[in-house]
Amino acid sequence: MIIGLDTGGTHVDAVLIENGKIIDKTKKPTDKSNLFESIWKTLEELLKNKNLDCIEKINLSTTIPTNAIVEGKGSKVAMFIEGGPGIDPANFICGDHVFFLDGYIDHRGREIKPLNEDLVRKKAEYISSKDIKSFAVVTKFSIRNPSHELQVKDVLTKLGFSPVTMGHTLSGKLSFPRRIYTAYLNSAIFSSFNEFAHAVRKTLKQKGLNVPIHILKADGGTMSLNEASKYPVQTIFSGPAASVMGCLASFNLQKDALLLDIGGTTTDISFLADGVPLFIPDGIAISDYPTLVRSIINISIGLGGDSAIKINERGNIIIGPERQGPPMALDGPTPTPSDAMIVLEKLNFGSKEKASYAMSLIADKIGVTIEKAAEKIYDKFGEIIKEKTNEILHKINSHPVYTIQELLYGKRIKPENIVVIGGPAKAVAPILEKKFNIPCKIPQNHEITNAIGAALTRRTLEVTLLADTERKILSVPEMGIYKKVDSSYNLDSAKRDAIKLLHQQLKNLDADSYLNEVEIIEENSFNMVRGFFTSGKNIRLRAQIKPGLIYRIGDDKDA
Amino acid sequence: MLKAKNKLGLVFFPAFDWQISPTHPERQERLLYTMDQLNEEGVFDIDGIKLFNPTIATEQDIQRVHFCYPDVKTRVPQSHLISAGGSIRAAEGVLKGEVQKSFAIVRPPGHHAYRVVYGDRGFCIVNIEAIMVENIRKRFGNKKIAIIDTDCHHGDGTQDIFWNDKDTLFISFHQDGRTIYPGSGFVEEFGGPGGFGYNINIPLPPNTGEEGFLYVLDNLVLPILEEYKPDLIINSAGQDNHYTDPITNMNFTAQGYAKLNERLNPDIAVLEGGYSIEGALPYVNLGIILAMAGIDYSKVKEPDYSFEKLKQSDDITEYIKVLCEKIYSKWKRREKTAYKLFNRKDSVIRNKNIYYDTDGIMENQREKIKVCSECSGLIVIESSSNIGQDLLAITIPRDGCNKCIDEGYNLYKKTNNNYSKVYLQDKINDQFFDK
Repeated sequence: MIIGLDTGGTHVDAVLIENGKIIDKTKKPTDKSNLFESIWKTLEELLKNKNLDCIEKINLSTTIPTNAIVEGKGSKVAMFIEGGPGIDPANFICGDHVFFLDGYIDHRGREIKPLNEDLVRKKAEYISSKDIKSFAVVTKFSIRNPSHELQVKDVLTKLGFSPVTMGHTLSGKLSFPRRIYTAYLNSAIFSSFNEFAHAVRKTLKQKGLNVPIHILKADGGTMSLNEASKYPVQTIFSGPAASVMGCLASFNLQKDALLLDIGGTTTDISFLADGVPLFIPDGIAISDYPTLVRSIINISIGLGGDSAIKINERGNIIIGPERQGPPMALDGPTPTPSDAMIVLEKLNFGSKEKASYAMSLIADKIGVTIEKAAEKIYDKFGEIIKEKTNEILHKINSHPVYTIQELLYGKRIKPENIVVIGGPAKAVAPILEKKFNIPCKIPQNHEITNAIGAALTRRTLEVTLLADTERKILSVPEMGIYKKVDSSYNLDSAKRDAIKLLHQQLKNLDADSYLNEVEIIEENSFNMVRGFFTSGKNIRLRAQIKPGLIYRIGDDKDA
Repeated sequence: MLKAKNKLGLVFFPAFDWQISPTHPERQERLLYTMDQLNEEGVFDIDGIKLFNPTIATEQDIQRVHFCYPDVKTRVPQSHLISAGGSIRAAEGVLKGEVQKSFAIVRPPGHHAYRVVYGDRGFCIVNIEAIMVENIRKRFGNKKIAIIDTDCHHGDGTQDIFWNDKDTLFISFHQDGRTIYPGSGFVEEFGGPGGFGYNINIPLPPNTGEEGFLYVLDNLVLPILEEYKPDLIINSAGQDNHYTDPITNMNFTAQGYAKLNERLNPDIAVLEGGYSIEGALPYVNLGIILAMAGIDYSKVKEPDYSFEKLKQSDDITEYIKVLCEKIYSKWKRREKTAYKLFNRKDSVIRNKNIYYDTDGIMENQREKIKVCSECSGLIVIESSSNIGQDLLAITIPRDGCNKCIDEGYNLYKKTNNNYSKVYLQDKINDQFFDK
């Protein structure tokens, strides 16, 4: 049996799944002041009268790191930043004490100017006198050559600082500013995450549950609690990913699809491309910090069942973006889409008379019958979702391309299905079907899709391999690999190595992903020519274990 | 987050799947390190910098500028349609008001492509700025446009195309043609009878440095622009004046390019040449982007930059000073000189030998420009080359008078057997005929 638990803003949801069947489920309100307690209570209820020996693992999502960042409650962090030529790094200051180093590594990973270790030591000693333990160090092009980051970490560790987050360990992608922010955030939330992790381990142990614990990531995958304790920043914003994976677990979706999570205040929009969740190209932004944390695209629009409805001067119906309270059917202050759907008998809660009254307020203003007003609102609800979706799709489909091949024949996302979850899902499905003119599906357990997603999702992994055969260097920053290669190294060797590394890493992490799921996302080999001769090859490759499930609900497969 | 003072549109299209040949300067690797630098600097995350994908230039876009032998489909590969389309997309961003300025970092380049096109010369097949300029005029009205070509090689193709057009001021500063490809671009090349004085060449001595380039800009280019009052300024932003460029001999720097763009303040910049792909392009492109966006670029310097090593000699400084004075007074006297030169003439004939170095083609051209009191004058080109039969190309200019229009159409109608191809480019009605 697997436990899946998702911590949301209002509820903690948990499910127990065995062989593709949902054995039990629990929903508890979230107590924001004591998240761990909320999680624990939910688990206790779920596990009541269960044979704990049959539990194989726990997958959980937590909002602790996200909240720590959003509420500005992270630890104080001191930073070393080495910029070199380029945009003034003073533009990317974050943290409480920032020191700039004057060494430089260039775009090929060559050291142009060495690190000034004495300066590091001097500044670190100064920080020792403050009450700061956490450091982050980021150098430009560190993913091409991490030596300066490693040197700084060495000095800081010897002086007793912990954690010391090094930029190159967080992502293989280029972006010095994002690397700075990501490393800073990782150090800032390190201790609060580790407190949480410690409490989880301790409590489960007391309960006699000795099983692997996995934490959800924003990219729709998991990582072990131990790994997450080193890189807690990777666990921010995992909630939406849980819902997306839950949709995947409910249907066999191999094509492009639109995923909608319609709540009271917002509708969250995600996409599948050939059955795989679509990622934000660089990484997710949190509290104005763009990061390198890989994340599923999940865009919130201010439209939900409880959105306030207004009529503007021109007599047009305006829905949202704000929520002023519950629907009038539940004694709320303003007419809402839910009231309209209650009048149309698509939803069934609260008082139908009060919903009717709500619609009469609108009907009077635009001079139609109550039913007609409700229909117009219902139609508008679908229309807004369609407009916003098309806007987002247009943006996604015009993402930058760098080859003629891609410009002419590149993939464009065109959803062929809609999966909708959330309170009004059933009520809204018909209008979505009509507006988009594609089938709209609702998962069976759509009120706990997120917990199901959490339970069934697997480890994801990504590696960036770069080989420069002129400099005879191969690097895989995510795994800390920097080694020599000979000049015969080519794209095929790179592919073989990347696949091997991913398999090896899965084995090391004792992860549950299937071996055949390794996928090469990007592959390039550039001839490097100096003078009139080919001096080497510049090989760039990205490979991943893409987000996926151990199995779908209803599949008769043993975990 | 960093915010751009000027909203800047970028078309960044490195064409990672296109090359002239594996070891040619125009190969896949050319913009690789620039991309790395721009990505690492987080340029595409800057608030106010917008990335556009190129569009693909159409046959009509090309025919507004060129006579492709035998036709556009045969002569112009997809890669060049995309770099021309990239420039068009950049311009469109500015003219539609999506952004205030834009920079097309595209390849292959275009400024060596003449009106008539038999093949590739100087890595160019079609002239991407010229195609952009005529596309702008077609869609956004007949604007007065200044093209400032800062590539190290003379923009001979752009000169050829706008030779007789005073609505397009073309200023090229480059390494002296006596010392470098394509061997043209002298002060005396000053424009045809309909556009005399609006083609300005500033041939600079080898080893000209930051000081020299900025002197030319401040003391010659900016004053002329002030008087010309263009609606749009375009920088044909070749980057091979850089001190590390392998095929030129100049001493310009990333700081210099950034300063130049800050002072020139172009609406649109288009990448041309520049083949120091590791030592120059990553820093120069970054410098230009920041300068155009109005962001501090003072820390953008090449890793091996040395002020002392790149300082220009006093001889060069003095030479450039004299040169600028000479050209400026020539500009001031342009109308008088034009009157003297063309007053009594019916037409002006130029014979040109055009060598296509990349494709090894030799073309002989006879260009006849009518001296017309009503318009800039009908242009008729007779051309032969070692790869095809003779062709005749007729251009009715944008400001063409009724007489020139009739003459152009009549000539097209009555010309037949002597040529393998006859073309008529009617720039008034935006029409193109060939037979």
